[in-house]
Amino acid sequence: MRQFSYSRPDTLDAAQRIPEHTRYLAGGTNLIDLMKSDVERPKHVVDLNALSMSQIEERPDGGLRIGALATNADTAAHPLVTERYPLLASAILAGASPQIRNRATNGGNLNQRTRCHYFYDPDMACNKRSPGTGCSAKGGRNRIMAILGTSEACIATFPSDMCVALAAMNATVNLTGPEGERSVPLRDYHRLPENTPWQDNILRAGEIVTSIDLPPLSFGPHHTYLKIRDRLSFAFAIVSVAAGLQMENNTIRKACIAMGGVGTKPWCVPEAEALLEGKTPSPSLFRDAADCLLQGAVTDRDNAAKLKLAPRVIIRALSQAAAGTPQSQTQKTIF
Amino acid sequence: MTLHSAKIGQPVSRIDGIAKVTGQARYAAEPHPAGMLYGFIVNSPIARGRIEAIRDEAARAVPGVVEVMTHLNRPHSALFEKSYMDGLGVPGSPYRPLHDAEISFNGQPVAVVLAETFEAAREAAMRLEVDYERWPHNADFEASLHQKYMPGKTRSNYVPPKSRGNAAEAYALSPIKIEGRYHLAPEHHNPMEMHATTVIVEEDGTFTVWDKTQGPQAVQAYLTSALSLSKDQVRVRNPYVGGAFGSGLRAQHNVFLAVLAAKMLNRSVRVTLTRQQMFTHVFRPEAVMDIALGAQPDGTLQSMIVNGVTDTSRFEHNMENLVIWGLINYKCPNATADYKVAPRDTYTSSDMRAPGAATGVNLFEMAIDEMAYACNMDPLDFRLHNYSDIDAMHDMPLTSKALKEAMHEGAERFGWQNRPMAPQSMRDGKDLIGWGMATGIWDAMFSPTSARATLTADGRLHIATAASDIGTGTYTILAQTASEAFGIPMEMIDIELGDSTLPECPTEGGSWTAASAGAAVWLACQSLREKLFKAVGKSGNISAWLTEGLSNNTTVLKDGFLQDKGADENLRLSLSEALSLTGQDRLEVEETAKPGLRGTISQMRKARFTHSAVFCEVRVDEELGIVRVTRLVNAVAAGRIMNPKTAASQVRGAMVMATGMALHEESLMDERVGRFMNHNFSEYHIPAHADIPDMDVLFIAEEDPEVSPLGIKGVGEIGMCGTAAAIANAVFHATGQRHRNLPITPGD
Repeated sequence: MRQFSYSRPDTLDAAQRIPEHTRYLAGGTNLIDLMKSDVERPKHVVDLNALSMSQIEERPDGGLRIGALATNADTAAHPLVTERYPLLASAILAGASPQIRNRATNGGNLNQRTRCHYFYDPDMACNKRSPGTGCSAKGGRNRIMAILGTSEACIATFPSDMCVALAAMNATVNLTGPEGERSVPLRDYHRLPENTPWQDNILRAGEIVTSIDLPPLSFGPHHTYLKIRDRLSFAFAIVSVAAGLQMENNTIRKACIAMGGVGTKPWCVPEAEALLEGKTPSPSLFRDAADCLLQGAVTDRDNAAKLKLAPRVIIRALSQAAAGTPQSQTQKTIF
Repeated sequence: MTLHSAKIGQPVSRIDGIAKVTGQARYAAEPHPAGMLYGFIVNSPIARGRIEAIRDEAARAVPGVVEVMTHLNRPHSALFEKSYMDGLGVPGSPYRPLHDAEISFNGQPVAVVLAETFEAAREAAMRLEVDYERWPHNADFEASLHQKYMPGKTRSNYVPPKSRGNAAEAYALSPIKIEGRYHLAPEHHNPMEMHATTVIVEEDGTFTVWDKTQGPQAVQAYLTSALSLSKDQVRVRNPYVGGAFGSGLRAQHNVFLAVLAAKMLNRSVRVTLTRQQMFTHVFRPEAVMDIALGAQPDGTLQSMIVNGVTDTSRFEHNMENLVIWGLINYKCPNATADYKVAPRDTYTSSDMRAPGAATGVNLFEMAIDEMAYACNMDPLDFRLHNYSDIDAMHDMPLTSKALKEAMHEGAERFGWQNRPMAPQSMRDGKDLIGWGMATGIWDAMFSPTSARATLTADGRLHIATAASDIGTGTYTILAQTASEAFGIPMEMIDIELGDSTLPECPTEGGSWTAASAGAAVWLACQSLREKLFKAVGKSGNISAWLTEGLSNNTTVLKDGFLQDKGADENLRLSLSEALSLTGQDRLEVEETAKPGLRGTISQMRKARFTHSAVFCEVRVDEELGIVRVTRLVNAVAAGRIMNPKTAASQVRGAMVMATGMALHEESLMDERVGRFMNHNFSEYHIPAHADIPDMDVLFIAEEDPEVSPLGIKGVGEIGMCGTAAAIANAVFHATGQRHRNLPITPGD
């Protein structure tokens, strides 16, 4: 960790007037870690915690707005979330540990960095950390790396669980910055690495995530967040699937599906969702959806297991959602 | 209220538990001497080469930085390589921190930044610029196998495999054969407490070194030798150790560097490794075992051929007892084994909990399970059918082996008799259920150890020995031992451990501490009691009942009082009263427990081991292949159990570690740079609570007065041996799929 200046503005306006090499601090569960490892080297840390952005409130359209500074724990436990967006609550609870969720915020979750071994180790070449140095993950120990959305420059996954559920539900990210306010669909918020992997998302300098809007959307019991990982708690996903289905007389009216652990961003394929709509759930239908979701997957040295597991996890998750038996995050048996 | 003497064998709770959970127990990184500097180690990013230049201007410019210590400016240390040898006796050229410009492994310390604050030291470390000349290296285990060799000089505890019969011919003639290559990934010890050293420069210029180690006297010996100091210039303390698992057997580079810096600057210094840096030194070696077994159709083993290799560094020959366990534990007329080490450009691999056996027993027991199935025999019956009552490799009787009893009692507790033989025959919903078992074996060792017992004027008993309690419960079992041996309540006993100035005790490890330190404490307490009785008898000024009792040998020491055997409770004398009668303010003895003549003869004529039988249930999601351990039963035959509570905790802890070995733990070597890449707790997966089921630990009655003076065998490692195999075998029973590589991870 290198010396930095610290400020804690109490207005959004002040928080946006920042010099170069600034990082915003919310829960700090990722940023502080990265600073200790010398991966993030901000000259200025601007603490957002004096701003009031932790509200969770209903929207006129029947949706829900969750504040960027609401903690993951408070969000997952909020009655409006547990009652109306259990898929989101489930995805949050599948991630990290209770201690981390107590600190980590929703805005921070969107802006966390990859857990790629090579990104985290300043002795190793990494285009995401040090543009132009190369990608050590390619050809390296890349069991945890992405198989979708990768480029020659980067194969790191975006590690969030929460964002997978947000992507499935087509949430909207609300931003405010020097150029004013804007809203961006979550599916467009994170970037593919292409040849600029250091840009994780579309945030501009001085722009801050203020809240996330969940559309009015109900799956009843027909949803699940299924996460496969190397141990049953406190590990990032090898493959995860957030699925929500609107069912009517055993027909899928609307399908929402996103994947984690396999992509360089929360992975959504609208064609796969369209393919499910209007159909009766069946293993072969789900297999088709899996094929569609995984189109273009590329494996590297160590991560072929992801491609082997992914279709099975997709099929299981869709089966759970169709059956109305969501995966429990406390009872670890997968039904 | 009368306080009663405790007994060996009672489930006493840890006497140091309160100190630990209230933060009173002080660990190596906790003393805070005035003016202490913080040292932060800078590690090499290359595996092999040499330092060309060090530019430290930016590092020195960080406010608070006092010094950047490198090979160029460090104080002198011992000239000869052999001065850096430690007590573990790994042959080769020991690594000498900051010795010269040469780099022999990735992560090698190249500098230590010393600063007034930890933050300044860390920042300066990050700002240090080092240029390297890179030399070709090999860190790939597969590739290193081509260079495997048998070291000319072996480790002192190395047991060479001994062949019998003609294994190759018998194998060729066996109607039933299995053979395969089994593999274990490298693992890191990862104790909760990181390695750390605090060096206090005392007013007289001597060093008090608080170090995370399993052997304070071994570290003292190393420091005096490597830094050319005299014994009275260095005192090493480790009263509390937050786990070690073997990582504290050898003096680690942090202690050398901290003392070197203290010497250079004449200031107190603390050096703490980060969790990432914990992956720059010792680890359990990667291993392969080629195992071929031949049997008759009735399940009688005919031939065992075991060839194993573990990795070591290019500069030291670390060796394990990898290949011998099956040859010792199974009756089989023809057997042969071969062991080699394979060098790669990494730091030297090291002993980690049950070194050799954790790997060798588990991989061999996976092969035995395959053979049982090849013979269409229940795996438990197969093992009973080939049971050996002796050490079959040395053709030597054993002091005891209650493995058969452990197999029967464990099987009964588990419900093994209801097990269908065929794989994939039990299911519940989407889960396949499998039951597997394996046996475990580990040495029962005893090493000469000294202890001091002192009775003070307040009537308290003080016990002192340089043993280390690395979290195992040594304080507690020694207090129990002293309580029973002397006849005094535990509340009146103080135990002092973890200090190089205390009576000699070997480095903690190998499960020998309970048997060895226990015997020393027992002996010292008995001797102190005799001395007390003699002194009281001589004092002249004592009551008639006591004079009579002492001369008739009917006086006993019970619950902290001298009294006559079975006599009136009112006629008794407290220890402080007794001591004051003698006119002395303290009585002290020091004794050394040794095998003695009979013990030495016994050690030559009989082999000694702990044994276990482990039973496991797993659930495996049929489509997803996700494995969950749902039940574990471990029946352990380890001689006399000093404290079933702390002993069961030890076995359970090892079973958790073995679950990690079977399903989670793997240090991922990027051979292109020679670095283990998942160097943090986020990506090096030790099992989480959710991965661990209720574990049932049974201790099998095993009276063995011959194995060690108190009949103790030790329980620190046995839980590792067999547990991982039982899990892997259960996975086969669930799925019908054999895994020969550990860990078995999702997608395998």
